[in-house]
Amino acid sequence: MTERPPVLSVRGLSVRFLMPGGRRVAAVTDAHFDVAPGECLALIGESGCGKSVLASALLGLLPANARTAGQARLGDLDLLTADERTLARTVRGRRIGLVPQSPAAHLTPVRTIRSQLEETVAELTGVRGRTALRAAAEQAAARAEFPAGHLDRYPHELSGGLAQRAATALALVGDAPLLLADEPTTGLDRDLVDRTVDELRRHVDTDGDRALLMITHDLAAAERIADRVAVMYAGRIVELADATAFFGTPGPRHPYSRGLLEALPDRAFTPIPGLPPELGDLPDGCAFAARCPRATDACTALPPFTGSVACHHPAPADRAAATEDIRA
Amino acid sequence: MLELRAITAGYDRRAPAVRDASLTVAPGEAVGLLGPSGCGKSTLAKVAALLHRPDAGTLLVDGTRVRHWRHRAPRALRTAFGVVFQQPRLAADPRLRLADLIAEPLRATGRREDVRDRVPELAGTVGLTTDLLTRRPHEVSDGQLQRACLARALVLRPRWLICDEMTAMLDASTTAALVAVVEDYRASTGAGLLAVGHDRTLLNRWCDRTVHWDAVTSGAAEKTGGGEPAGHVTR
Repeated sequence: MTERPPVLSVRGLSVRFLMPGGRRVAAVTDAHFDVAPGECLALIGESGCGKSVLASALLGLLPANARTAGQARLGDLDLLTADERTLARTVRGRRIGLVPQSPAAHLTPVRTIRSQLEETVAELTGVRGRTALRAAAEQAAARAEFPAGHLDRYPHELSGGLAQRAATALALVGDAPLLLADEPTTGLDRDLVDRTVDELRRHVDTDGDRALLMITHDLAAAERIADRVAVMYAGRIVELADATAFFGTPGPRHPYSRGLLEALPDRAFTPIPGLPPELGDLPDGCAFAARCPRATDACTALPPFTGSVACHHPAPADRAAATEDIRA
Repeated sequence: MLELRAITAGYDRRAPAVRDASLTVAPGEAVGLLGPSGCGKSTLAKVAALLHRPDAGTLLVDGTRVRHWRHRAPRALRTAFGVVFQQPRLAADPRLRLADLIAEPLRATGRREDVRDRVPELAGTVGLTTDLLTRRPHEVSDGQLQRACLARALVLRPRWLICDEMTAMLDASTTAALVAVVEDYRASTGAGLLAVGHDRTLLNRWCDRTVHWDAVTSGAAEKTGGGEPAGHVTR
């Protein structure tokens, strides 16, 4: 099998916010990752760790006081240096489809779903004429399994699940090679979470060239559909792992990732002690050291990211050693 | 004992959100109420917290029927309840610093003199640093704000806690941390808990018993769970 080039390739991406009084907030620091065609990468971490800022950076939607560094290549285009005109006309909707966090806030409240879909179809695919548009919009709705009978409803008349499908339908219209889902399941019940993420996964599977970057703090949702997991802590990606190894054996290697999983109610249900550090006031060394059960003097130096984990004393990668580690 | 008997409640008498729901929480007991979104469980939680007047049915707190409802029940009764809601951003006044947010129930009930001791004590309990207490809601994360909202719910030392989807917006670690705070509080005070949510795994792990919405509205919850409280009755 020949290796296909990644859909998205992020190299050394950093985002700084310049605050009044000369303060700097390090929202994202030195992020490296790829998303391959047909792959789902889940970016997980606590709220406030910088996940959503990373999404905004990829879409060019950062506020004016943000400064970026590094590269985020989508094909031959660097998203970080592209101008607004390029992003608006060729990227958003066309090369990156955004599945939003809160569909209720994303959809226009004063227009029906049909009208919003028709507008998006006309804008992104160039279909013209009333009947053709109507048919194309219905087809777009069907792709996201949005029931045709509900097309003439307004967003407030839809349940959370249907509103989510309407938003997904809009994200799929442009046939974008990269789907970016920013907390697509916050506040939904478990059944609906499962259905929503399964649908996202299906859109990656039916078309092998498409990739999905799902940003979430819902570990169960990530476990359900992700091929790989990137764990973010205090603005840095601290672990990048295969999802089966991460959620099964040998388990996560970074102590923070381990702590996150152990906090789940079907595992130990014990929280990680303390609070994450402020992004405006990060320590010089490992940002997790203050909360880490394995911390030593070495942790005052910043651990380099080795390709899978950024920690001075990660859990071993192979299964036998992992069992040994648990006994010890 | 907190008893809801045949409660019908909602926002339109012709189409009530809750119909004929019955549920009992014993002192010291933790009851989880499970149900899908839109089933009416949050409305019932508001009734249980004495924040929403039912259209029909009876509410008894320690055997005494709650009377004199206006929009909600009289304040003297309501102060025995601490409530935590799903979305901290909607439950916190954006103009208040977190310290004032936590202190607000004390001020509202004329216990200003307790502010100096109770606020730092509770901030410590929920894991908020002194630095965070001087900030306003937009300057903290969802998890930090929900910690403050939980501290606010505990500040009057309620005998009953109502948590409506308290952790739905939070990550796994913050969820486990806040549940631990609630359980420590209950262990030391013998307070009863009604935790409303849709996460079966979480509520089963957290509560003494969980009841499903269908059982609550059909009366089955009363027959199976109501008579035998699993917690420790303190007096």
